Formats: sequence, structure tokens, C-alpha cells
Amino acid sequence: MPTDSVPTIKRFMYVNRRAPHGTIYAQETLELVMITAAFDQHVSQVFMDDGVYQLKSGQDPSGLAMKNFSKTFRALPDFDIEDVYVEAESLNARGLQVEDLVIPVTVLSSAELGKLMSQQDVVINS
Amino acid sequence: MSNMLHIVNKSPSERPALASCLRLAVAGNSVLLIEDGVYAALASSSSSEQLQARGGELKLYVLEADLQARGLQDDELIPGIELIDYAGFVDLVAGHTVNQSWL
Repeated sequence: MPTDSVPTIKRFMYVNRRAPHGTIYAQETLELVMITAAFDQHVSQVFMDDGVYQLKSGQDPSGLAMKNFSKTFRALPDFDIEDVYVEAESLNARGLQVEDLVIPVTVLSSAELGKLMSQQDVVINS
Repeated sequence: MSNMLHIVNKSPSERPALASCLRLAVAGNSVLLIEDGVYAALASSSSSEQLQARGGELKLYVLEADLQARGLQDDELIPGIELIDYAGFVDLVAGHTVNQSWL
């Protein structure tokens, strides 16, 4: 057993690929992101494919009796979750611009994102 | 740079999981097709061109039990893809530093 008390910090990347309200994946992943940060791990988030719709501004799921969790993304920097990446190809394919999103993001090409992904310790898709 | 194993379990005609995986996978990575993902291993599949286009720089694997279950024959597959059994699956996972399941 290691007696070393210094905690291990791993690089976790969460890859969001599903639209927000049709399934519970998006909301559950956001919970996971916050829990991971609570354990002082390095957390980054990627939004690609229909996952980019999670960041679209103007969402109001009150008519579905669901929580508007898109507002929570704005609070993530308070939890030291600052790295948010969006795949350019996914954004373009859906006619979205960065101005349409609820938070500032870093837009990367597939190749750039792929490289970044290869530098993680843990990659979790949803 | 880690050596990553990408696991795809969705049919290429049902979800874009494989297409997305192939956009982001880095040369030298491995891609394993399991469950409904094995349909992408067919030479006749809609995704076979995409897959073969990156076949030279990615190592491709397919789980034999999932092919067999779906009545897919070895001679229908894209060239160069390697068939593995469950023990081989375990070896692949253990042999890569990071695994990613494209759910």
C-alpha cells in the first residue's frame, strides 16, 4: 500500500455527443463532470456531434417539466472547470456559431481535438 | 502521446459514432468494433470507404462472436481487419494506455 498522501491527479475528458433533452445522458454527464472536479481532478469537456446543442442559448425546457441545466455551464469556472472544447466540424454542420452558445468555448478542428484526446488519462463518452 | 483503443458498438447506419471516432482517432490508435458496431466491418457497409481510408494508419479489430451472432462471414469483411475473441479483447484493453467507448 502506498503511504504517500499526495493525491493522484488525472486528466479526465468528458465527450458530450448527445442533444440535451431527449435523453438523460447530457444532464447526468454534467453531474459527473462536477463530481470529478470535486475530487480535485483535472476536467475538460468536449462538445461534438449533437452534443453541441447542449450549449445552445435560449433553451427553456420548463414546458417539459425538466431542469434548464444549460445555465449550469456558466457556473463551471467556479469549480475550476475552464477547459471547454467544441469541434468545429460539428458546429458548422449544424449551422451554429460560437455566438449562439451559452458560454465561451475553444473551437478546435477534429485533428486538433484528436491530439488533445490522446493526451488524457481517462476519456468518457456520452 | 498515449496509445488509445477506440471501441465502437453502434451500427454506422444507426448513429455517427464510428464516423466521429474516425475523425478524431490519431494515427497509431486502434479501433475495435463490437456489438452492432461489427456491421461497419462489412466491405458492403456504407462506412467501409471511410474505414478503409484510415485502415493504413489505424489498427482495426472486430469481435468474432458478434460477427457470428449476426450471420456475418469472414469473407464479407474489409481487408486487413483482425478478428479477435474475448481473450483478445481483454489483451487489447490491457495493452492500451487509454480506452474510449464511443457510446
